[in-house]
Amino acid sequence: MEILVCVRRVPDTAENEIELNRAGNDIERDDIVYSVNEWDNYAVEEALQIVAKSGGNVTVVTVGGEDDEEVLRREMAMGANHGVLITDEAFNGSDGRGIATILKAYIQKNKYDLILTGVQAEDGGAQVGGMLASFLDYPFASLVNSIEVLDHNKLKISREIAGGSKEMNEIDLPCVLSIQTGINEPRYVGMRGIRQVASLEIPTYGASDLGLDPNSVGDAAAKVKRTDYFLPALGKGAEILQGSREEIIDSLIGLLKSKGGLK
Amino acid sequence: MPQIFAYIEHKGGAADDSAAELVAAAKKIDPAASPVAVVTGWGADFDALCNALTALYAEVWKVADASLAYPNAELVRKALAKVVPHDSILLIAHDHFGLDLAPGLAIKLDSTFVSDVVSIEGLDGGFLKVVRQEYGGQVSTHVRCDVSSGAVVNIRPGAFKPVESAPVNGKVIDKSSQVGALSAGRRYLETFVAESGDVDISKQAVLVSIGRGIQEKDNVAIAQELADAMGAAVSCSRPVVDAKWLDKSRQVGSSGQTVKPKVYMACGISGSFQHLAGLKGNPFIVAINKNPKAPIFQVADVGIVDDLLEFLPELTGKIRELK
Repeated sequence: MEILVCVRRVPDTAENEIELNRAGNDIERDDIVYSVNEWDNYAVEEALQIVAKSGGNVTVVTVGGEDDEEVLRREMAMGANHGVLITDEAFNGSDGRGIATILKAYIQKNKYDLILTGVQAEDGGAQVGGMLASFLDYPFASLVNSIEVLDHNKLKISREIAGGSKEMNEIDLPCVLSIQTGINEPRYVGMRGIRQVASLEIPTYGASDLGLDPNSVGDAAAKVKRTDYFLPALGKGAEILQGSREEIIDSLIGLLKSKGGLK
Repeated sequence: MPQIFAYIEHKGGAADDSAAELVAAAKKIDPAASPVAVVTGWGADFDALCNALTALYAEVWKVADASLAYPNAELVRKALAKVVPHDSILLIAHDHFGLDLAPGLAIKLDSTFVSDVVSIEGLDGGFLKVVRQEYGGQVSTHVRCDVSSGAVVNIRPGAFKPVESAPVNGKVIDKSSQVGALSAGRRYLETFVAESGDVDISKQAVLVSIGRGIQEKDNVAIAQELADAMGAAVSCSRPVVDAKWLDKSRQVGSSGQTVKPKVYMACGISGSFQHLAGLKGNPFIVAINKNPKAPIFQVADVGIVDDLLEFLPELTGKIRELK
């Protein structure tokens, strides 16, 4: 099975406190730690497990700039066979639909049986997978938390639905699935693994390679645009307990007693 | 002004809470809006459901088809693409079903997709101005959306409080004949209902709940010791289950359990909306997190900015001393 996994490099919320920049038009990106979007990493692991059982290849693709190559190499160190960087000035400022348009153009020039994305990105909203499937007229399923290959043209999948229940579906290939965290345990990648793939060639494609009209993507085509960033209203906000740790523990125990938190 | 539609999710003959929330969201787009409900389904309860929705919506567009008895988003999308006018604004709940349905529907309607809206500032000409959140709610953004050729807008569950109003006494309009035969490359098989685990966290008065901040599996014992000292149970947020440190039955949130404790100790939990959606009954929330900007501090009653791996054992020790 030929599997394409769409990945993104995002600020790592486990490693950074996200703050606004001075102009309020973006987050502060100086000294920020980036990593592969968490959901996408599960998607790559799932693809690797499928080809380990059923044969085939895993290709990881990202739309971005040269900085984004590092996440492709990281996923190649996990075991992905190929990395592809889709990059062009004309792609800057694309909204979700623009990214899906670009990926569709790449996919139509190649042949994949299965296309995986993460359910969502840290700064996105679970858009690209569903849009891409509709552009390609492929079946789609979101929030996928298990995949079983039935035969060369069908999968059995489960989707996560309310309350932790699972919805079982059969889906025809080729299809697009958005992968939920927890579907597997992504393998660890060490520095050594990343060094081993450091010299592998990563092909790049631009708008003209993909036959894309620059006006159909990027800022010019984007119908959804952020105008500014701000900190969410604090609501009532917590009373932050002050003092030494010992003092804080004493006042917390007093509060817990009065609220029925200690038996 | 474009016509506003709301897709109504339902189960067992009852409309989802979002049915009323989407009316509230429509009124934020246009205070004079009279949104139209669109509902798909089949079976004995379906007509009664459509009739019940006329208390909220002046028009209820009913699409009845045997293939829509179970809400398979692949089929519902095809039905809606035939029924909903392309230049309208269609509101859908941003939940496990809306995520499945909406992005692709926007492509089929050739309209703009706006995801996970938490607040609406209004419509200005052909532009809808909304608020979204990024990075697990750590920052918000104003987003300007060109809806002049229609839009599919996903609304975060719980973000819009239903407005109290008298029943509108609307009418049901049957649109079923517009749909025709439906088929899709994805077929629903069955549902496995989540099982409750060794501890039923939905029945606990006090929960010590842990998130990503617990860092590793061995540290779960620190929370269990505190819970034992307090007479509480341990629950958690999604990353702890993803890492297989605790069973799925311990997860609080929209994809886990709904809990209603008196006291909730959120330890190393950032406070994503999916997690908070599982927390009901207005508990007293204590948040312990070393990131002073964690969104959990916005909703907690009391906050402690500290390293929980040091703080929790000291708290446990002090509680034991008092016994």
